[in-house]
Amino acid sequence: MALFTFSGGVHPDDGKEFAKNSPITEYLPKGDVVLPVGQHIGAPAKPIVSKGDKVLVGQKVAEAGGFVSANIFSSVSGTVKAIEPRVTPAGAKVNSIVIENDGEFKEVDFEAKPYESMSKEEVLSAIKEAGIVGLGGAGFPTHVKLAPKDPDAIEYIIVNGAECEPYITGDYRIMMETPELLIEGLNIVLDMFPKAKGIIGVEDNKKDAIAKVEALVKGDSRISVASLKTKYPQGAERSLIYATTGRSINSSMLPADAGCIVDNVATIVAIKEAVKDGKPLYQRLVTVTGDAIANPSNFMVRTGTNVNELIEAAGGFKVQPEKVISGGPMMGMAMFTTDVPAVKTFSSFLALSKDEVSANEPSNCIRCGRCVSVCPQKLMPAKLSVLADNNEFDEFERLYGAECVECGCCSYICPAKRNLAQSMKTGRKQVLANRRKR
Amino acid sequence: MSESLYHVSANPHVRDHGSTQKIMLDVIIALLPAAIFGIYIFGVPAAITIVISVVTCVAAEYVYQKLMKQPVTVSDLSAVLTGLLLALNLPAEVPFWLPVLGGLFAIIVVKQVFGGLGQNFMNPALGARCFLMISFAARMTTFTYDGVTTATPMAALKAGESVDVLKLFQGFVPGTIGETSAILLIIGGIYLVIRKVISPIIPCVYVAVVAVFVALFGGHGLDINFIASHIFGGGLMLGAIFMATDYVTSPITDKGKVIYAILLGILTGTFRLFGPMSEGVSYSIIIANLLVPLIEKVTIPTPFGIVKTKGGKSNE
Repeated sequence: MALFTFSGGVHPDDGKEFAKNSPITEYLPKGDVVLPVGQHIGAPAKPIVSKGDKVLVGQKVAEAGGFVSANIFSSVSGTVKAIEPRVTPAGAKVNSIVIENDGEFKEVDFEAKPYESMSKEEVLSAIKEAGIVGLGGAGFPTHVKLAPKDPDAIEYIIVNGAECEPYITGDYRIMMETPELLIEGLNIVLDMFPKAKGIIGVEDNKKDAIAKVEALVKGDSRISVASLKTKYPQGAERSLIYATTGRSINSSMLPADAGCIVDNVATIVAIKEAVKDGKPLYQRLVTVTGDAIANPSNFMVRTGTNVNELIEAAGGFKVQPEKVISGGPMMGMAMFTTDVPAVKTFSSFLALSKDEVSANEPSNCIRCGRCVSVCPQKLMPAKLSVLADNNEFDEFERLYGAECVECGCCSYICPAKRNLAQSMKTGRKQVLANRRKR
Repeated sequence: MSESLYHVSANPHVRDHGSTQKIMLDVIIALLPAAIFGIYIFGVPAAITIVISVVTCVAAEYVYQKLMKQPVTVSDLSAVLTGLLLALNLPAEVPFWLPVLGGLFAIIVVKQVFGGLGQNFMNPALGARCFLMISFAARMTTFTYDGVTTATPMAALKAGESVDVLKLFQGFVPGTIGETSAILLIIGGIYLVIRKVISPIIPCVYVAVVAVFVALFGGHGLDINFIASHIFGGGLMLGAIFMATDYVTSPITDKGKVIYAILLGILTGTFRLFGPMSEGVSYSIIIANLLVPLIEKVTIPTPFGIVKTKGGKSNE
């Protein structure tokens, strides 16, 4: 069968072998948990507890600060110790609710209405209430995605199981271990959009996962599985929509404008747990991996768990890493410290023994054109990065610089080791800021 | 905490293993068959010319960068490549000072003065060749083969004579050191395409346009022998595969490459058929090099997801 794909992209070493075969194990935090009020795209949540309050697992501790925002729940039982700025994986200090863990993990009573009796609005509000955000790493509040202007125009619910980022294996483990939860969750979303079909897109380097999911949807006329060519960034929203439906969107459009809603595997499972079990989002799957980790693992982690605990649970460092990353090696964020909480968007902790970026000194561009041919947005990073470096943002915008999705393919492929994506990011940020001013 | 802060940088955190040096090395490897063949048919003088040219280019780059207090970049092998290409564009029997002068001109005037690697507006080796052609026309166009001074196949063709295409294809003809053997140059080109160093667009379109041009205007109609002589003769293969494809001086997009290659084909055909000289590949390439910024202005690719309509972008 022909594989679905897009044009451009790169083939980095996938590094999946480290954690691929490690089954999901639950990790319960020993120490305090730290819950930043901004773990999603949008307005920060507003704390509704104060210092000294007793909280239980699954108790709401901060309320969405607007429509594009998300509730935050305690992941342990214990006492609110402080509400103060703490360093997050993104490197900034964010106001956080610090909960002293009593180690008992006493839960609130999770209750859910029988699914059959729920209206579409009730399903949506259950998802909103549970504080679900895109768990692939971007953290866009899911209830916003599921409330498009014209619900009847939605033709495809695309489940992103590409997991094209090297090293990360969380979605793969979900598809291997509990594919039925994924299908259950997808059916909930499909029930909200009666005209839509479900497509589960999975890269073909996960053939066993494809087989598991396909076996479950056999004979189902609404859900199909699309084998995607293994190529980064196959799981980028625009690339995935194009690969599975042939439709293309640009930076000024939303997936819904092309009749699509895209959610990743872990998010769909979280929807199932919120709607059918009444469980809010207080845990997530984190792949702790990299060549510097002794026992690469896939942990089900309580949000807010200190990353140092996770490193220890994975056997610690076998060599001192030069670089530690929140997320994958292509789009993840380098962290200067590991003393940070695993937040809702913390898909992976990656520890690399060598930092390939600092090992290479950028040299002159030789105009080889590799960045142009790998760019999934068909831009000219070589030219755009120079414009951005020279602060020529109007020209940067005219040459479509704002279409960049920051996938990093250009920097990855550049033989002169130029940090193209970094300049592109800077340029794009400036253009978006200028647009807001106009 | 402060005792062990980790490295931070923008994404991505991994890099491909390719490098400028590896690319240059691949091009040098691809040129070796033709260079060795040149030494085989033209003898020791060819080897001496190649060595002098390469050494001059590397030394010129090293000394210039030292004097200008710039980081020395000779290890990227681009100067070696320029020296090799320049030598392959010279007759074997030139006096020793000719490749020295050419190498200095290529590296200092064409490349370094404009900012070094990636900043030159024309191919350094070709710029130097044209400089030498204009300055020392007689020495640059005297070709010795088998111990006798003879006319090149292109000159014979220009004079209306017919040429043995098989010999042309194999390379047993007079010419510059590296241009004679079409087959070895094509093998080098295939190597570069397989190694993904060059895209086949420029050489294929360039050669095809030359073929069509000489068929239309050559006065021999569809005479296969005549067309093949033009394709395999002279500097076309060396130029099309190794010099027109120079990254720095060719368009960066596929569409731009097609326009550039068509332009090259028309220029070369015009020079060869209607110009006073029998050959025109070098001049065609440096003229087209100068037009690359203009070509790039009109070949900005339409990004993914942007629908272009008349009068501008429709969905922005």
